[in-house]
Amino acid sequence: MTPHCRYVLRLADTNLVLAQRLGEWVGHAPALEEDLGLANVALDLLGQARLLLAHAGELEGRGRDEDALAYLREESEYLNLTLVEQPNGDFGLTIVRQFLFDAWQHALHEALEQSSDAKLAAIAAKAVKESSYHLRYSSGWLIRLGDGTPESHRRVADALTRLWPFTSELFDADDIDRAAAAAAIAPAPGALAAAWNRTVDDVLAAATLARPPAASYAWYGKQGRHSEHLGYLLAEMQSLHRAHPGVTW
Amino acid sequence: MNPAVAGSASATLRERVFALLAGVPDPEIPVLSVLDLGVIRHVSVAPDGSVEVGVAPTYSGCPATPMIKADILAALAGAGIRATAVDVLSPPWTSDWLSEEGRRKLEAYGIAPPAAAVGSPRALVHAEPVIACPRCRSQETERLFEFGSTPCKALYRCLSCREPFDYFKCL
Repeated sequence: MTPHCRYVLRLADTNLVLAQRLGEWVGHAPALEEDLGLANVALDLLGQARLLLAHAGELEGRGRDEDALAYLREESEYLNLTLVEQPNGDFGLTIVRQFLFDAWQHALHEALEQSSDAKLAAIAAKAVKESSYHLRYSSGWLIRLGDGTPESHRRVADALTRLWPFTSELFDADDIDRAAAAAAIAPAPGALAAAWNRTVDDVLAAATLARPPAASYAWYGKQGRHSEHLGYLLAEMQSLHRAHPGVTW
Repeated sequence: MNPAVAGSASATLRERVFALLAGVPDPEIPVLSVLDLGVIRHVSVAPDGSVEVGVAPTYSGCPATPMIKADILAALAGAGIRATAVDVLSPPWTSDWLSEEGRRKLEAYGIAPPAAAVGSPRALVHAEPVIACPRCRSQETERLFEFGSTPCKALYRCLSCREPFDYFKCL
C-alpha cells in the first residue's frame, strides 16, 4: 500500500470510528436535540468516510470497496487517530473529544482544499463547510459546560485532562505524513498546530478552562497500534457483516 | 441523420428531461423539486440518445442523495428515457444554488430560506444571520438548535409569534 493510500485511509478510518462512537449516543443523549445533533455530526463524518474509503480502495487498486475496507479489516489494520476511539464517557467528555477533533479537522479540511490529489481536494471542499458547523456546535457546548455550573465545569475539566495526551498524535509527523506532505497531498501535521492552538485557546478561555500541560503519550493509532478500546468498537461494528457476508438492507 | 437534426433532437430530449426533473420532489422537503434544490449539475445526451444526469449531494452523508438519484431515474424511465445518474462532488453544492422559486416555496411551506452564503467556511463558524420568521415575518427570532430534523436544517423560534420553525441552513 502506497503512502498516499495509507494517508487517505487514516483520514477515512478516523472519520468512520468517530461516526461509530457518536452513533452510540443515539437514543441515549441527554435531550432529543442532542440526540439529533450528535447523529447529524456522525452522519456527516460517515458520509465523508465513505467517500474517503472508496477513494482509498481505488488508490490501492486491489478491488476492495468501501464495505470491504470498513468491515473486513482487523484492528491493527485500522489507521485512525487514537483520540477518536476513546469511549464516549459522559456528555461532557464526548463534547471535549469532539471539540479537540473539530478544531483540528476544520483546519485540515481548509488545507486539503489545496491538495494535489484532486479527489481529496473535492472531498475536503465539501467537508469543510460541514466541519464549520461541527466546530460551532462543539465550541458552543464546551463554553456552556465549562462556564456553567461547578459540576459541569469539573466534568469537562477532567475530560480535558484525560483526553489532552491524545492530541499530540494530531501534530506528530511520521514517514507517511512526510511523504504525503512532500507530494503536496496533505499539509505537514505540524502546520495545522497554529490554527488549532488559536481555536483551542480562544474557546478554552471563553469556557473558563485551563489548557493542560503537554503530556507524553504512547499510542500510535494512525500506525495501527491502538488503545484497548478500538477492538470492542470494531467487533460491534463489523459483526453483522462478518456473520452475513454481502448482506444488504 | 445530419448533425443539425441530431443536435436539435438532443436539445428536445434535454428539454423533456428538464421538464420531468421539475416534477421530481426532494424526498425530505417535497415542496421543492430537485431543480429548485439546485442539485442538478448537468444533463448530457450521448449520440446514442442515452442521458446522464449529474447530481450534487447537499451534505456528504445526506441519506436522501441515493433516493434522489433513484427517483430521477424512475421518472425518466417512466417516460421511456434511458439514463444514468452520477455524483458531482466538485464544485460542492451550496445553498446559494437554491432557485428563487425554491426559496419562495420554502417560505410558503414554513421553512425560512437560507441566508446568502458567507465569504469563507471559517466565517460559518461564527455567522449569526438575521432570520425572518416564515409565518409573521418578524426578524425577532432566535436559534434554538444548530441541527434539525435533516442535516440541512436548524431549529429556530420566533420571539414575536412564539412559533418554532425550521431554517434551511446556509452552506
